[in-house]
Amino acid sequence: MKTRLKILSRGIIDVSPLMIPVFPFGIIYGVIGMELGLGSYMTLGASIIMFAGASQIVLLQLFSGGASPLVMLSSVGAVNSRHLLYGAVLSEHLSTLRLTWKIILSYVMVDQAFAVSNTYFKNNRNNKNKHYHLLGAGFTCWTIWQISTIIGIVMGSIIPDELGLSFTISLTFLALLINDFRKFKNIIVMLVSGIIATIGYNIIPFKAYIIVAALAALIVAALLTVTDSEKK
Amino acid sequence: MHWSLIIYAGIITFVTRFSMIFFLKKDILGDKAKKVLSFVPAAIFPAIIFPPIFLDDTGTVDLESNPKILAAIFAIVVGYFSKNIIATIFAGLISYWFLIFFYF
Repeated sequence: MKTRLKILSRGIIDVSPLMIPVFPFGIIYGVIGMELGLGSYMTLGASIIMFAGASQIVLLQLFSGGASPLVMLSSVGAVNSRHLLYGAVLSEHLSTLRLTWKIILSYVMVDQAFAVSNTYFKNNRNNKNKHYHLLGAGFTCWTIWQISTIIGIVMGSIIPDELGLSFTISLTFLALLINDFRKFKNIIVMLVSGIIATIGYNIIPFKAYIIVAALAALIVAALLTVTDSEKK
Repeated sequence: MHWSLIIYAGIITFVTRFSMIFFLKKDILGDKAKKVLSFVPAAIFPAIIFPPIFLDDTGTVDLESNPKILAAIFAIVVGYFSKNIIATIFAGLISYWFLIFFYF
């Protein structure tokens, strides 16, 4: 019992530094939810039900642009597709767990928790309680996300519209890409995505510009990876 | 926005997180597939970032009287050198406020 608690707190401690940028992100989400007229219950409800910052903001943005439900949901799916990668990477460590555990851990498997727990799992391969690390890291993220959403909701009803806070959507996503700025291939992929989305915004029907741009950019990414391995 | 939409979005989010953990016993994604999936943020986020920056309210590209482009460039420069997420967001926001209050 003691070791489980120890591993759980290890997860909490390991993920804590990564919570610093999550906090303002949650506040921004809450503020924008209120600015777009979602109301406090729905803004917080989405944080609890989805628990996925980027997807929640995409949903809001497409909603305010008048996209159809099908486009909104497929865009959410596209943004979430990176979780397939996380699940595949973690599966070998979690495959022996009971279904309840798999459900709970899936719910909290966000970017930050994945990052720290994946490292922990690799270094503690034979520890049979290692999944407590992901539980601790995941629920730390969950708690911070809900608290920051609530703060954003409160602030959103006070902050004046003139401050142009919807611009922070672009800035927040831009900030999440800072590690890609130094990689040439990633810059190409980013430019393909951004340019197609901007041109396609009016041309592509049903506001499906995010999915179309993302798929085109992923194809370019795939081509870049293929040519890369051929060189070797 | 309707609650059902949020619930569906929640289900989709959960399924993408759960499916691989549920179906796979071992990690079967090849290195190539992983490499391509690691490009997902770079492939999707710019599609969210670019249109609100470059397009005006009528949906036409605005390159001249557009403080958002300058503020975004400033944020990129700060992000590139500081590698700090919060510094990047605030650099963009503060330069944007500065530009709209004094120049535009």
